[in-house]
Amino acid sequence: MPESTDLKQREEAHWAKTSRLMLTHLGVWFFFGYVIHMFVVPLNKITIPILNFPLGFYMAAQGSLIVFVVMLFMFAKQQDKIDREFGFAEED
Amino acid sequence: MAIKAGSSDFLSNLGRVYGMYTGGFLAFVILIAVLEQMGVPNRILGYLFVFFTISVYAIIGIMSRTAQVSEYYVAGRSVPAFYNGMATGADWMSAASFVGMAGTLFLLGYDGLAWVLGWTGGFVLVSILIGPYLRKFGAYTVPDFLAFRYGGNVARGLGVLVLVACSFTYVTAQIYGTGIIASRFLGMPFELAVFAGLVGILVCSMLGGMRAVTWTQVAQYIVLIIAYLTPIIILSTKNYGIPIPELTYGQAIADITAREQQMIASGLATVANLKPHISPFINYTPLNFFAIILCMMVGTASLPHILMRYFTTPSVRAARQSVAWSLLFIFLLYFSAPAYAAFSKLEVYTNVIGRDLTAIRPWIFNWGELGLVKICGQNAASIDAIVAACKAIADHPGVVRLQDFIINTDVIVLSTPEIAGLPYVISGLVAAGGLAAALSTADGLLLAIANALSHDVYYKMIDPNAPTVRRLMVARVLLLIVAVVAAATAATKPGDILAMVGWAFSLAMAGNFPALVMGVWWKRATSTGAVCGIIAGFGLCLFYLVTTRYFPGAGVKYFGMTSLLNPITGAPLVDLAKAMALPNAMETWPTVAHPLVNKVGWFGLTNIACGMLGAPLGFAVIYVVSLLGKEPSKEMQAYVDDIRKPRGRTVLEEKTT
Repeated sequence: MPESTDLKQREEAHWAKTSRLMLTHLGVWFFFGYVIHMFVVPLNKITIPILNFPLGFYMAAQGSLIVFVVMLFMFAKQQDKIDREFGFAEED
Repeated sequence: MAIKAGSSDFLSNLGRVYGMYTGGFLAFVILIAVLEQMGVPNRILGYLFVFFTISVYAIIGIMSRTAQVSEYYVAGRSVPAFYNGMATGADWMSAASFVGMAGTLFLLGYDGLAWVLGWTGGFVLVSILIGPYLRKFGAYTVPDFLAFRYGGNVARGLGVLVLVACSFTYVTAQIYGTGIIASRFLGMPFELAVFAGLVGILVCSMLGGMRAVTWTQVAQYIVLIIAYLTPIIILSTKNYGIPIPELTYGQAIADITAREQQMIASGLATVANLKPHISPFINYTPLNFFAIILCMMVGTASLPHILMRYFTTPSVRAARQSVAWSLLFIFLLYFSAPAYAAFSKLEVYTNVIGRDLTAIRPWIFNWGELGLVKICGQNAASIDAIVAACKAIADHPGVVRLQDFIINTDVIVLSTPEIAGLPYVISGLVAAGGLAAALSTADGLLLAIANALSHDVYYKMIDPNAPTVRRLMVARVLLLIVAVVAAATAATKPGDILAMVGWAFSLAMAGNFPALVMGVWWKRATSTGAVCGIIAGFGLCLFYLVTTRYFPGAGVKYFGMTSLLNPITGAPLVDLAKAMALPNAMETWPTVAHPLVNKVGWFGLTNIACGMLGAPLGFAVIYVVSLLGKEPSKEMQAYVDDIRKPRGRTVLEEKTT
């Protein structure tokens, strides 16, 4: 049954790509959720010009949050693109 | 059919309906402002605010009542992504966020940002790992998914147990918050206010289930975000000339840091009692700081009342977009909270600390009368009161020093309108916003509990042949019972809201997260593995929580727990040898004042982050036990494939009539 092997292959390729996207986003999430805040002490020595925020504080109070919001809108787009590519997206 | 037509009419006009609603609300605020200028007393204005907003929520709740099962449980899966985002925002942001968050940041400075990060970053996990897949699965409740994926009622029962444990802890804190706001602004006794708030919650959720809750939550979001941002935008414009507080508070932070140095130099504060606002890891050790962030994030992705919001979207694609909208709407409040903290702190450091006792600004006294601000150990009710209190202290210099000043953290948001010298109408607006935040979260939580009990326990486990009418009846009766029990618990003032909410997140994380993630991402996960994993993970978290809170002596004696560490010095918080020698060392169910309570544990880990122990164990157990057993059936693996593809019908098809 060529059709079902084709489906199987598409499923696997779709899932491989989905998993890669997941890992990329988790990496970004981990970096902005944790790694960057481990360097808060040196980052606080830098002050953002005009606004006067210490950079370490700013990242935890606003910077990482902005990254999370942008990430989620991007993720929705990217995952939809993957779903469409393999013909698994819902009809519009 | 008439209802159906009416609802699609409503859905296509959402923008206009909520636009008119927002305009109406603003007009109402202006009307109150005019009444205030005409000399109507504040107490009456406060009542008008509360009654007007609660009746609007009630009207929406009554208008969207429903007798259809799918409308009742998942709002007919027709809520557009944008509006579901708003509803999730209101569902998510509770009294703890609205009233408590800014106060926590005021007190803890940088370390308080652990909560800000933890309560936003979790939505990344919701969208990437779990939410859209559960939507495709087609569940009504989270235990529904566990039952299907892990074959049967054992997994379902455990899912219900986890759901009830974390949601009940959480809802108690919300009803408590409702009581505090109502009692402060309406002058009702606290216990009465708790039950009055309860009526407001029930009108919205009882009649129309998820559908009614969704459309009231959208309305509540609009009120709460306007209320949160208005005072601080005015304050920012007044002080810095720019109406964007999120940008201008950087200057306030710089001023605070400069003022901190000055206070130490002039003897108003000491190095020992001043906690610099931007210094990290002075309230939490680095371990606990990052553990709290992780537990709040993972807990977000495991809390049933949040996950079930994404069951209501029309498609999987919309579910993903909806998570992004949710976080945007939540972000608007969370990235403003540090501005509240900074402006308040600057006001306190410059206009309270270092002031002559007789020249203190009058906003302090309004809160001092309520016992929420203390100067020199006494309620700061008037100038005479604080002068007398400070005289009693030997060598008092006659100006307020840092150690003389104590403020309840709830005051920060509520007092900002007065600090900025704004009329009472803005204070009333803030109170209405706080109430909206508490009510909307309580609605969502009660619905989650009642749905699990009526759908999972009653319909799926006890009587699978129950007719629709009886199922919905059972849901409503259970909702009422759960609500009354939660209110009765809240009326006993069980304590610290932030800690209680933190426990709810950790319990959800340990109980739900491993089983949900592996259910979608690992086909090899078996029923036995999941059941063992939930029991082990949730059990360990619960054990750690209960032992450190209620049996700390036993924890030290039998389970090798040690004292948590002081984040600045790294020394133990309690001297265990001494504390264990005290006669009350082995006391069980002690109050928070007990020397060992919440201060012992393993690896110096605070019990708020008990999910850090439970979730990894859950993952490990599911992995090992699954590999020991037989692979799940081909059919089950095919279902998992189905969940992963947005196209096609939902896996679970419920009878809808």
